[in-house]
Amino acid sequence: MKRTVFRSRWLPYALVLPQVAVTIVFFFWPALKSLQLSVYRVSPFGDRSTFIGLENFRTLLADPEYYQSVLNSFVFAAGVTGLSVLAALVAAGLATQKIRGLSVYRTLLLWPYGIAPAVAGIIFLFIFHPAYGVLPYFLSFVTAYEFNWLLKGWVAMTLVIVATAWTHLGYNIAFYLAGLLAVPASVLEAADVDGAGPVRRFTAITFPLVSPITFYLIVLNMVFAFFESFGVIDAVTKGGPGHATEIMVFKLYKDGFIGLNLGSSGAQSVILMAMVIVLTMLQFRYAEKKVTYR
Amino acid sequence: MTAVGAGRIEGAHVAADAAVAPRRKPVDWGALLVHALLLACIAVVAFPLYYAFIISTQSLQEVVQRPPLLLPSSHLVENYVDAWQKVNLGQMLFNSAVMAVTIAAGKIAISMLSAFAIVYFDFRGRMLCFWMIFVTLMLPVPVRLMSTYEVIGTLGWINTYQGLTIPLMASATATFLFRQFYLTIPNEMVEAAQLDGAGPMRFLWSFLLPLSWANIAALFVVLFIFGWNQYLWPLMITNTEAMRTIVIGLEGLIPRSGTELPTWNLIMAGAVMALLPPVAVIVLMQRWFVKGLVEAEK
Repeated sequence: MKRTVFRSRWLPYALVLPQVAVTIVFFFWPALKSLQLSVYRVSPFGDRSTFIGLENFRTLLADPEYYQSVLNSFVFAAGVTGLSVLAALVAAGLATQKIRGLSVYRTLLLWPYGIAPAVAGIIFLFIFHPAYGVLPYFLSFVTAYEFNWLLKGWVAMTLVIVATAWTHLGYNIAFYLAGLLAVPASVLEAADVDGAGPVRRFTAITFPLVSPITFYLIVLNMVFAFFESFGVIDAVTKGGPGHATEIMVFKLYKDGFIGLNLGSSGAQSVILMAMVIVLTMLQFRYAEKKVTYR
Repeated sequence: MTAVGAGRIEGAHVAADAAVAPRRKPVDWGALLVHALLLACIAVVAFPLYYAFIISTQSLQEVVQRPPLLLPSSHLVENYVDAWQKVNLGQMLFNSAVMAVTIAAGKIAISMLSAFAIVYFDFRGRMLCFWMIFVTLMLPVPVRLMSTYEVIGTLGWINTYQGLTIPLMASATATFLFRQFYLTIPNEMVEAAQLDGAGPMRFLWSFLLPLSWANIAALFVVLFIFGWNQYLWPLMITNTEAMRTIVIGLEGLIPRSGTELPTWNLIMAGAVMALLPPVAVIVLMQRWFVKGLVEAEK
């Protein structure tokens, strides 16, 4: 369709200027600088830099701690995504059964999205607190195992995963509800007439129809877990105990900001950039599919 | 307009229900079971918040007592006052509010303008601008961490409100949302406006803006929460107590040394105050929130 356009030599440029200026100054320029940093060795005070090719990457890829952080990131992302998408699907599936008060239930399930993962982390930190927390207290009746996140890496990882998944549940529920409400009522009623029970209706009709949304949500949750989860780690575990919860973004911050190793942080940035590009491509692939199913 | 479509189908659901209702048995056990399961889900989801709240009303003795006291106590006011004074929560809440509102308003304003340029003008570099805005999606803060900090330092924006807000204002999602919306507006309207002698800015102000309020409200809710809950950015850009936002300042209540007694009741009071504004916004503006969330992420 041909749209009617306005004519002006300068106005369109003035209109895009604020956005494009922010984009260039705070996104493109620093991204290029990160790329450049990754192939230089910079002295901690930034006064001298030497071109060293791929040396930073070589050092990084020879560092077992880096592999640990990559592994941690994947465990964290898989945990957060699995838990919050699955729980959201169940809750949303229940909330779309034909019952009264749906909007009230929806509100009561959505609100945790407003909570910053770091704040949620602090609340869960106390729930998991080895001495005063309510969870270790009740677990102590069942098992003598000490669920101390200060000492046991997997407990700390579980803590940050559960806290993050909790905040992201509402987000996933919102997407599923929008998708599930778009499943035509006539299809479900036809199945009802054919004698399909609620569980069968869900597995045979609703779930396949929302599977594009599921894939889309998996990608979105992965992006979130990989790139937006610095706060929960920093506020709760600081990457510990040992390096058990040190995810890639946290290691980058630690090496760059605290260790002042600019070359290594540049190389880490470039690797993360490659990951986010792949995930964004996937996101848009599924976003298209999601739209056609609607 | 997905939200509208969904609403219509929801309406159809209700109508169909009414039509078949007389044939149903009086007690619907299935529906009761669904209600019970939903209530169980809500209880699980709400427990952490309930727990944070009751701890924030207890004295320190009650917090550490075994078995744990799972009911609210009577120290609510003194705990909140103590927490408020201990880490200057008032200033931090103010900073968070400034950050959240400025980022949300700024993103909406510059995205409306650039989407308007991209849809209603033919200019050299139009697609380039569009792609540049799109690519920002692939450059989250961590992938340009150190060099962005350097840029902010060069500009002298460390510890300033402009440093906290302006660099986060580029928004691909908001630009796409406005672009999609403008494309649904019939061409006749532009032609009519042009016949009336309205220039582009007049058209934007008197025609597009009034039609965009639903989208603006939806985006505002989502972006307010985005801004309020920022962590890495304010941690990097601010270095004095007076510029801290509440989400990062809360951490200051947690002792790391081990010599100091952890006052968990005050920490929870701080946590409740940090989460209350964004949660209240979601609950009060739920309709806009869902619309903004689902449509902006496309």
